[in-house]
Amino acid sequence: MVELETIDIEIRLLLEGIFIRYGADFRDYSPASVRRRVVLAMEKGGIPSVSQLQERVLARPEAFDSLLQFLLVPTSEMFRDPSYFRTIRETVVPLLKTYPSLKIWVAGCSNGEELYSLAILLREEGLLEKTILYATDINPKALERAKNGIYPIDLAPKFTDNYQKAGGRAAFSDYYRAGYGSIILDASLRTNVVFADHSLATDNVFAEIQFISCRNVLIYFNRKLQDRSFRLFADSLGFRGFLGIGSKETLRFSNVYPEFEEFAAVERIYRKRRAV
Amino acid sequence: MNAKFLAARFDLIAIGCSAGGFDLLNDLLPRLPADFPAAIAVVIHIAPASRNGIVEVLAPKCRLPLKEAEDKELVRPATIYFAPPGYHLLVEPDRRFTLSVDEPVNYSRPSIDVLFESAAIAYRERLLGILLSGANSDGAAGLQSIRNLKGKIFVQDPKEATHPEMPRAALDLGPADAVVSLEDLYRFVGGSALG
Ligand SMILES: C[S@@+](CC[C@H](N)C(=O)[O-])C[C@H]1O[C@@H](n2cnc3c(N)ncnc32)[C@H](O)[C@@H]1O
Repeated sequence: MVELETIDIEIRLLLEGIFIRYGADFRDYSPASVRRRVVLAMEKGGIPSVSQLQERVLARPEAFDSLLQFLLVPTSEMFRDPSYFRTIRETVVPLLKTYPSLKIWVAGCSNGEELYSLAILLREEGLLEKTILYATDINPKALERAKNGIYPIDLAPKFTDNYQKAGGRAAFSDYYRAGYGSIILDASLRTNVVFADHSLATDNVFAEIQFISCRNVLIYFNRKLQDRSFRLFADSLGFRGFLGIGSKETLRFSNVYPEFEEFAAVERIYRKRRAV
Repeated sequence: MNAKFLAARFDLIAIGCSAGGFDLLNDLLPRLPADFPAAIAVVIHIAPASRNGIVEVLAPKCRLPLKEAEDKELVRPATIYFAPPGYHLLVEPDRRFTLSVDEPVNYSRPSIDVLFESAAIAYRERLLGILLSGANSDGAAGLQSIRNLKGKIFVQDPKEATHPEMPRAALDLGPADAVVSLEDLYRFVGGSALG
């Protein structure tokens, strides 16, 4: 295979240093993505080399915080990939309705768009009251935004369009009020939400969950860390629990694949098999 | 004719195109023989609404398997991969695909530069980058990364491109190993040497 360039070696040292200094573990992220993000951080910060970046990041927590904003990509949308939410509504919800209470985990929730999309769907299906939602991420800034539930108003048309395509039963505008160039989501949507700093790279099972949604997060990991995450999901799910991943992601390359069945193949919603 | 640009010299052929690109791909990809040696990865920008269906339209016409690249899928020879709509497509140093939802580059996601830059690192001199018709400047910087890492680059002759801006932007940034006509491309994908 291709020999390592100096920059690859420097990036490995940087990630090792970050792990030792701050406990954040990026060592098993996708090398191609990490390299792209690190180079971007250097360009934006006018930092000429990875070793200088490393020096700053290890010396100053603020420098680490700003690098974190490059390493963690927050891109999201409400009801992104509307057919995913439509499928949940049509095929998963009827089964979830049979449970007396529910725990749902949005892993890598970013600014909260996916969380609130699920909360709205659950409310319309009469499930929100009996559900605890866990919204986790390792980006403190994103978690803060998720707790606030405030988004730029120019995104409203896109969100509205997605909501309708996702099979929304009301009007998207029922769930927010506009103010100061923003849409402010109905705070009652997060009454039963627990926001938490939880890393798929280093943290463990914290509850027994019926439905896990983790989309566009694992693509940033290498296969080893994907496997760790899938193991964690399998161990967190209760009997016959559901796992939704992004439509371009797959469980097929993972060790835990045999423990799941394809519940909604196109939308990549898997269901835990009965233990054998 | 020397065999400098024979397809067998490359493990991956990365193709980027935009406006005018679909018709070209529709013309070129079905000409690839079933024993074509290299893997092919394509980024095409198309407006989100019309995106669905590229694979469905092209796959039945091609002798090589043609599909959307999946995250962490191994890059196999004699296979045509497309970047999924809405995602950047990258190649890892271990020659697996990675997807990302990083912000658009040159207003595009997928971006040609992102594919070219990551593939250049993974494949070095075993990579050929081809930039075809398009109305923006995505791909130009990526081609230079490929050259810097000893890969080869072809740029469609702007005179023949329905939208010459993209090939022209690439040639403005630096020279290509070959500025190719449609005839050249036919010969190349048919398995003949170029150059
Ligand atoms: C592209 S966003 C996905 C947002 C949303 N799930 C969606 O699909 O629209 C990826 C998120 O994963 C988070 N993330 C990255 N590494 C993580 C880790 N080790 N544990 C938990 N979350 C992580 C990032 O901070 C970021 O917010």
